[in-house]
Amino acid sequence: MAFNFELPNPNTKDPKTNLGEADLVRRSASSVPAPARQLTPVAKLIDVSKCIGCKACQSACLEWNDMREPVGINRGVYDNPEDLTPNMFTLMRFTEWVNPETKNLEWLIRKDGCMHCADPGCLKACPAPGAIVQYSNGIVDFVHENCIGCGYCVKGCPFNIPRISQADHKAYKCTLCSDRVAVGQGPACAKACPTHAIVFGTKDEMKKHAEGRIKDLKSRGYQNAGLYDPPGVGGTHVMYVLHHADKPEIYANLAKDPRISPIVELWKGMTKYAGLAAMGAFAVIGLVHHVVTGANRVSPEDEENAKKLTGGRA
Amino acid sequence: MTAYDVESGDNVHPGNPVTVDRYTPGARVNHWITAISLVLLALSGLALFTPALFFLTGLFGGGQWTRTIHPWIGVVLFFSFAGMFLRFWKANLWKSEDGTWMARLRDVLTGHEEKLPEVGKYNAGQKVVFWAMSILIIILITSGFVIWDQYFAQYSTIDQKRVAILIHALAAVAIICVWIVHVYAAIWVRGTIGAMTRGQVTGGWAWRHHRKWLRELVGGKSH
Amino acid sequence: MTNSWTDIKNTDLVVIMGGNAAEAQPCGFKWVTEAKANRGAKLIVVDPRFTRSASVADMYAPIRQGTDIAFLLGVIKYCIDNDKVQWQYTKAFTNASYIIKEGFGYQDGLFTGYDEAKRDYNRSTWEYEIGPDGFVVADDTLQHPRCVWNLLKKHIAIYTPETVERICGTPKEKFLKVAQMISECSSPTKTMTSMYALGWTQHSKGSQNIRCMAMLQLILGNIGVRGGGMNALRGHSNIQGLTDIGLMSNLIPGYLTLPTEREPTFDVYMSTRGFKPLRPGQMSYWQNYKKFFVSFLKAMYGPAATAENGFAYDYLPKLDVPAYDVLRAFELMHAGKMNGYFCQGFNPLLSFPNRKKLTAALSKLKWLVTMDPLETETSRFWENHGEFNDVDPSKIQTEVFQLPTTCFAEDEGSLTNSGRWLQWHWAGGTPPGESKLDSWIMAQLYLRLKALYQKEGGKVPEPIVNLDWRYKDPGEPSAQELAKELNGSVLEDVLDPNDPTKVVLAKGKQVVSFAVLRDDGKTACGCWIYSGCYNEAGNNMARRDNSDPDDTGAFSKWAFSWPVSRRILYNRASADINGKPWDPTRKLLEWNGTAWTGYDVPDIAPGAKPDVVGPFIMNPEGTARLFTRGMMRDGPFPAHYEPFEAPIANVIAPKIRGNPVARVFKGDMEQFGDAKEFPYAATSYRLTEHFHFWTKHVQINASLQPEFFVEISEQLAKEKNIRSGGWVRVWSKRGSVKAKAVVTKRITPLICDGKTVHIVGIPLHWGFTGAAKKGFGPNSLTPYVGDANIETPEYKAFLVDIEPIVGPVA
Repeated sequence: MAFNFELPNPNTKDPKTNLGEADLVRRSASSVPAPARQLTPVAKLIDVSKCIGCKACQSACLEWNDMREPVGINRGVYDNPEDLTPNMFTLMRFTEWVNPETKNLEWLIRKDGCMHCADPGCLKACPAPGAIVQYSNGIVDFVHENCIGCGYCVKGCPFNIPRISQADHKAYKCTLCSDRVAVGQGPACAKACPTHAIVFGTKDEMKKHAEGRIKDLKSRGYQNAGLYDPPGVGGTHVMYVLHHADKPEIYANLAKDPRISPIVELWKGMTKYAGLAAMGAFAVIGLVHHVVTGANRVSPEDEENAKKLTGGRA
Repeated sequence: MTAYDVESGDNVHPGNPVTVDRYTPGARVNHWITAISLVLLALSGLALFTPALFFLTGLFGGGQWTRTIHPWIGVVLFFSFAGMFLRFWKANLWKSEDGTWMARLRDVLTGHEEKLPEVGKYNAGQKVVFWAMSILIIILITSGFVIWDQYFAQYSTIDQKRVAILIHALAAVAIICVWIVHVYAAIWVRGTIGAMTRGQVTGGWAWRHHRKWLRELVGGKSH
Repeated sequence: MTNSWTDIKNTDLVVIMGGNAAEAQPCGFKWVTEAKANRGAKLIVVDPRFTRSASVADMYAPIRQGTDIAFLLGVIKYCIDNDKVQWQYTKAFTNASYIIKEGFGYQDGLFTGYDEAKRDYNRSTWEYEIGPDGFVVADDTLQHPRCVWNLLKKHIAIYTPETVERICGTPKEKFLKVAQMISECSSPTKTMTSMYALGWTQHSKGSQNIRCMAMLQLILGNIGVRGGGMNALRGHSNIQGLTDIGLMSNLIPGYLTLPTEREPTFDVYMSTRGFKPLRPGQMSYWQNYKKFFVSFLKAMYGPAATAENGFAYDYLPKLDVPAYDVLRAFELMHAGKMNGYFCQGFNPLLSFPNRKKLTAALSKLKWLVTMDPLETETSRFWENHGEFNDVDPSKIQTEVFQLPTTCFAEDEGSLTNSGRWLQWHWAGGTPPGESKLDSWIMAQLYLRLKALYQKEGGKVPEPIVNLDWRYKDPGEPSAQELAKELNGSVLEDVLDPNDPTKVVLAKGKQVVSFAVLRDDGKTACGCWIYSGCYNEAGNNMARRDNSDPDDTGAFSKWAFSWPVSRRILYNRASADINGKPWDPTRKLLEWNGTAWTGYDVPDIAPGAKPDVVGPFIMNPEGTARLFTRGMMRDGPFPAHYEPFEAPIANVIAPKIRGNPVARVFKGDMEQFGDAKEFPYAATSYRLTEHFHFWTKHVQINASLQPEFFVEISEQLAKEKNIRSGGWVRVWSKRGSVKAKAVVTKRITPLICDGKTVHIVGIPLHWGFTGAAKKGFGPNSLTPYVGDANIETPEYKAFLVDIEPIVGPVA
């Protein structure tokens, strides 16, 4: 086997960070200089067919990020909390699906969370300079000191991932454990996953590993097994192996052909430029008009006429 | 002739020059609250609208404050404008002469007011501004609520929010343009600003720009 | 486990039945994933519910809880009928050919010798025919009508696919598909592993459930081979250690048995433990029993144990009943015959059946001591928590002492996992507050008791005052010292009988393994099977070398595996009668003409000739038992019995309720419900988000599965007008609980004997202490009856009724 699943343990002696400002390829509402080096693109591969829904990833995520989710209630399902929250960056979504071909029940369990799009809608929508950044290894990260809590990223995201905290009014989502990756480790969820349903490595390695998994699934009768790496967002740095890749929507509404919403594109594109142009135009026209026609002044005759009008009465 | 567009508080004071009370102190306060709100909204909104203007958040104490305060100013504007609407809507109803006035917009812009029909307290341009503001503010407050995530996130879907934010942006651009027209007109037509500062205009101003209104005021006095 | 977690990667077929490894052992389950991903192994799950394990299975078949024996006997019949038997293995390594005594029989659900009044059998006919040479008579041609093979065939003849469907509710075509997949593993080059847990043990015939699969594995030739075996999945990280170390009331360490009152002297005790070989040339390893027993007594009583006093045999308690299991203990409490209770690392108020009875029993105690890292419900049984613990503290006079202890991560020691691996661990944190090591608490108690006995005398003070307590700090024996004691040491020099100048065993040294233990008192050993864990080579449990030559999955240099670091029990059976591996690609051991060689420590004498000595050396036969003689109380073959509370009558023997020899205390029989009153078949289980009643104290786990619920099918929900996420009341003859309803496609009604059987799933994990929402445990509902052999309570099959309710006011 070419790929080693075992992620390194923390380097406690010399935790040199290898991911910084200089590795940014995109920075929200601002520009960055082209990075001097190109990091190897990384990816997390989530093999839904291996996932047992144990929620170890959720637990590890809360632990590593030192977040705590309040104790909720049971709502008749296994999904807990019921949705992603500003504390819970990843969530097992459970779907009971009866395969119409085999008539067999399939319990589809998908680990939801940020997909780390190559073309991130959140970053595109973000108005705050440097609140969302993209590294050359593909990680899309939120920089909380720059976040203003406007929620534009929520609208920009094609996967409905970011959540705004009501406590500090900042946006939160999976960081792909950029802090761990920076020191040569993998994400906490991948480290915790007991069945290696979550694996982490370079994007090429992950794609290759996925090929083997898809072959295995096809041999077990899943003819439509495949990799979910949607081109509509330029590919993602979190990918899924699905047994039914032709129907991603059965996995708790995983977007079939995700792309940044055209409305968002219009808003952050045309509207911005056309709007500024329109406002500028109005101001300029006013100015030009004033120069050309001069002020519209009341003449002495006007005053006289007014006096006449009132005086006539007086 | 009914004094259809004379508003309460409007009054004529003979003298030299003749002075005309155009806006009561209440109306002026109301206007300036609205005006300040609109300017603050424009500034804070533009800061979030385009990265080039993000620096404007500095005026509000940073991005977080800008995001927090903007919708609240919007609420203030809405209620403030509502007050103005109640004061002014009647005088802004469309009249037959307004059509003629609009048709001769060229003469308006070139200052040939003698070629225009006599108009009441508001000319057609002012009425357009008034109604445009009214409609845009309703659009802005409605779409604003949809994207005011701090309190109303759960009442709409993300798709609805996306549409709302686009509408909000477009409406904001429109209202800023209308505002530019409004402000420019006030500057261009000298003697106008006094109406909203001191509350008065000269008789000549009224004769020149709102002769019908002046006649009504004078005529009204005779009754 | 006969094998180990890591060995599961070697399998071709995983059968999860009577367990839910993905849910309850997710970390170990990774080896199933490995086998699937790298070997193309298939996974079968047979369970009343479509479980998390089923979610990644290749084949799922539903089964009604408590009918596993019918299913498995059906599979055995399928294999025999279709000639899917590993014949060489079955003939050579099992007792298939042995002749059973005349007079043995089975009729109407009962074997010969049943005494209804005693609820017990006279098992004298369940025995081999012994020839004039003193050995068992065998017919290698399997023609004799009374040979085990033919008796087995006769016994299982009724378990046709149709009968299986009628009893189990498993659709015939699904059963046949499972049977066919399993039968393929009769090939010597294909192996199947059985992974089971409490889904098999927690029945009134739990032991027979497991035996039944063991029989199937034997005829498929899957015991002792890589990727095969009977693999019990342990729930607690150290529950294997619990049984190994003799914490069962009728055991002493290393599966030696506590004497009964019919065995007043050492010699009488030893007279029934000779274990003479039953076949020529066999090894019968238990012939060493005396060495282990004497060494144990020396470890306990040191110099006070002498040859003259039978090595202090008198100090050992003598059982007057088969066992003082927990059910009996609470029965005694309930009857006012047990007045004090020491509850160490145990939460019986939620763990044992019929909570009402437990609360009544605890309320009758004079005192209760709890030792636990957590505030258990048991320690607070007297406290009113509204409907979650509806008691009146003013009416309870029990004095409760709560002694906070450290948890596993705060102390040093070893844990024994399912695969019999003793893995040393080190403290990872500092114990909070006043908590103390369990060993500190026990030592302090002991020293005070000893002082009292020394001062005041009293009845039988010797076992206390003479206990060998030579630790560096008597007030706190260290984990290292205790581990060394379990390993065993040499008490007196042992000289070579042929050359008295040579010291074979030097006084004061740790013994290398149990192979050198002696029955003359010159060695001490606390637990013979653990011997070798901490010898002169050091603490072998702390070994962390994860090299695995040739990827066999043995990891033989990792920690210590009992016995003698052997990774797969009965591994001699991985090779044929000539010592050649059945599957050369999965070689474990091989006979090289003079000795056994290979990847694992041979489970046989290294020089034992393959065609002479049988692989099952712990049996005097040298073979494995398809027919288990009189060793099990409820039959030499497994037979289908319904749970005590079953939705239908026993199809095979309609008059028999439950297991005919399971112990039922007076008054408990009346508390069994019937299907007329309680129409739904309930079962209890665990969820992966939680560990027993511990993790509900942890905020993260509590947030991931916050609230008590029950699971029902969409059909039952519709019938009863129950909404998913709404509140329901579930009640049995013994109690009632309120829960949220999870309506799911993962549970479907089964048709059993023509009747629609609805299943109600009731997870445990909630109580009235901790961070999670307050809730109930299934033990408010479950019946007070256990397995006929080892008294594990019947949690997995009982009857309830259910109705929608308006929820409690928040």
